[in-house]
Amino acid sequence: MSTPVNSSSSAATSEPAATGGSAVLAWLYVGIPLLWGVSQTFIKALALFK
Amino acid sequence: MANASLLDRSRTIAGPGYNRWLVPPAALAIHLAIGQAYAFSVFNKPLGALISGDVNNPAPADWTPTQIGITFSIAIVLLGLSAAVFGKWLERVGPRKAMLASALCFGGGFLIASLGVHLHSIWLVYFGYGFVGGIGLGIGYISPVSTLIKWFPDRKGVATGMAIMGFGGGAMIGSPLANNLMAHFKDSAPQGVAPTFIVMGLIYLVFMQFGVWTIRVPADDWKPAGYVPSTEHNELITTGNVSADNAIKTPQFWLLWVVLLTNVTAGIGVLETASPLVQETFSEGAMGAGRGVTAAAAAGFVGLISLFNLLGRFFWSSASDKLGRKVTYAIYFGLGILLYSLIPTLGHNLQLTLFVMVTCLIISMYGGGFATIPAYLSDLFGKYQVGAIHGRLLTAWSTAGVLGPLIVHLLHERAKEQGLQGAAAYQNVFYTMAGVLVLGLLANLAVRPVKEEYYEKGPVTIEAGGH
Repeated sequence: MSTPVNSSSSAATSEPAATGGSAVLAWLYVGIPLLWGVSQTFIKALALFK
Repeated sequence: MANASLLDRSRTIAGPGYNRWLVPPAALAIHLAIGQAYAFSVFNKPLGALISGDVNNPAPADWTPTQIGITFSIAIVLLGLSAAVFGKWLERVGPRKAMLASALCFGGGFLIASLGVHLHSIWLVYFGYGFVGGIGLGIGYISPVSTLIKWFPDRKGVATGMAIMGFGGGAMIGSPLANNLMAHFKDSAPQGVAPTFIVMGLIYLVFMQFGVWTIRVPADDWKPAGYVPSTEHNELITTGNVSADNAIKTPQFWLLWVVLLTNVTAGIGVLETASPLVQETFSEGAMGAGRGVTAAAAAGFVGLISLFNLLGRFFWSSASDKLGRKVTYAIYFGLGILLYSLIPTLGHNLQLTLFVMVTCLIISMYGGGFATIPAYLSDLFGKYQVGAIHGRLLTAWSTAGVLGPLIVHLLHERAKEQGLQGAAAYQNVFYTMAGVLVLGLLANLAVRPVKEEYYEKGPVTIEAGGH
């Protein structure tokens, strides 16, 4: 994962930077429902191999 | 108008040191929600038994499967049309306003459809979920694409693959969510559908707000740390920028339109037939007592291919960063032709394991085709109005959404009339789809660099994107 640099020329109107911690929270926000959905599908798919 | 200004593109420009890995979750928050559309079939039986109260014995006044199916078709057609119509608007106003519009339309569509269910008005369901919700689908689908491409110029395939993977994953969340809610509300409304629509509309409206308020666009002069554009000359990766209006004048746009159309049409051939195909081909009569594929196992098979649909979106799109887009699509089509032609033989020979493996591989490439196309467009037309160009290309998806099922049903019904059973009843579907893929292969092979006469003259600014 590369660390990006934002040399914004529009810094006056820009929003503050976000940290690695908020990235983790953001990924959890979408990752948890996605994993729940995948696990439900996987459980259903197991019926094929019974 | 402080609230309005919060939605402005200028207010979403990221500050120095912004972590670009926050952008894919924002995109996923939109795509995971609107991907629910793929799970609309979960409502088919309950919607068809609102009056009788028994999904196995619909009343004459109940809606027919065909009537209900039209809802999804309208939504997919509107997805393509709204993506095409609102693409340039999106480029001008930025992703935040577009994502909010998508959330309001998609969530609002559920609420209107709920009223339609309550009043037993199929037209209101068409208008709510199909028309209004479909507009939400189209705007939401393209809203993060160009932003992701700008944040990840070094990994365009990875970035768009992550977002579009979310669209595949949305059905996996939407289907069990709807089933659980309908079971919960089944005593308070017919089949529990109307309150389920209300709750799902509100859940998605709220869930999508995360994307709306966390999405950021990079400053025009931003690039990833240490990123140096490849000096290795690749004639299919342009250094110019083509506007959406000019893009549709190029043969490249229409070749990619055919590429997407054929890939999706063929994929629908598998998706539409998956459950009956596996049950009829590997029935107890063919496989022996106790060894046939049951309805539950067939549902498991459908679940398995949806997993590969999701994984393929990320895997193939990421692989295209290394392989190149043209080579990746050549694999989709070349390997696809082989695999589609193989399916009837595997069915005749009752090779269930190989059949499942081949089908999963096919569906992974179907998903990959969706996820790789934005990066292909960006390579050919530049990133200037890639979201708008992508929006216009999605009309191919709408067309395939009508064409694919039509081909499948026509060929299958004809085979049934001829008395064909099991795998034989589907073989013409797969041979025809292999032929469709040949067209896609030829279109992909014909793709050449866009002529410079179509490039924008002088420097381009994103704010000018909407004209």
